[in-house]
Amino acid sequence: MRSLDPTEKAIINGLQGGFPLTQRPYRDAGAKLGLSEGEMIEEIGHLIAGGQLSRFGPLWNAEALGGAVCLAAIAVPRERFDEVAELVNAHPEIAHNYERDHALNMWFVVSTDAPERIDQVIAEIERETGLRVRAMPKTREFFVGFRVEV
Amino acid sequence: MLDAIDRKLIAATQAGLPLVAEPYRALAGRLGLDEAEIVSRLGRLLEDGAIRRIGAIPNHYALGTTANGMSVWDIADELVADIGARVGALDFVTHCYERPRHLPLWPYNLFAMVHGRSRDEVRAKVAEIAVLVGPAARAHEVLFSTRILKKTGLRIAA
Repeated sequence: MRSLDPTEKAIINGLQGGFPLTQRPYRDAGAKLGLSEGEMIEEIGHLIAGGQLSRFGPLWNAEALGGAVCLAAIAVPRERFDEVAELVNAHPEIAHNYERDHALNMWFVVSTDAPERIDQVIAEIERETGLRVRAMPKTREFFVGFRVEV
Repeated sequence: MLDAIDRKLIAATQAGLPLVAEPYRALAGRLGLDEAEIVSRLGRLLEDGAIRRIGAIPNHYALGTTANGMSVWDIADELVADIGARVGALDFVTHCYERPRHLPLWPYNLFAMVHGRSRDEVRAKVAEIAVLVGPAARAHEVLFSTRILKKTGLRIAA
């Protein structure tokens, strides 16, 4: 991992939100960071090409777009872990699946276009694996102040 | 609710904004709309929460924040709204949700995802949360991911 120069750090730390909705937003955002419009565009391009930024633009909220998301967990017997992972991952509705160090050792996210599909996918996984799936839908979301600091 | 034009805007910006001096104008040209409409729609989508924010979207892994710990807390139901709001406001918490308990196996109702450069850094941050929460936390744990079994990007149909 190469180290970031001060300009790159300023962009990453200073621009994780609040990009202006103006005619010349790179110019206006750059003014706050002491960078010209051209420098902003070039530096952001470098950070994307270098992989430090996944992208630059809107971060869309999947659920507000009409889909449904539900976290779920299974306590998988050690000797069945790989087999169960394969059964779970075979569902296209499973976006992420992580092994975690707990009795509930398999944690995955079910993501569907139609909210009613969530329960169906969970029921299918229970039937296929013979294991109980604990659904953990969020009942409340708290605003997060997170920023990556570099 | 989103209309067909919003969905086109999503599809056109999923990979990011154009890196040109007038990115909203460039988008407008691509979608056959005018710039003012693009800007007002983006503003409304931000306000409605369909867009969380607009700006640099860092790649945690490339920036060295590779440890991710899911801290989970058993908080009395009547306190969880207040505690959750305070925990979510910490600048190292990436997600903060209330979720149902599954007793007796799973007594935790507040989830706060913490990212850091190492597990020790994540543990230190979880200890900061524990101080903030105080005795309102009847129990807590931090679960580290030991393996990624599947990871696919968000896909939004246009």
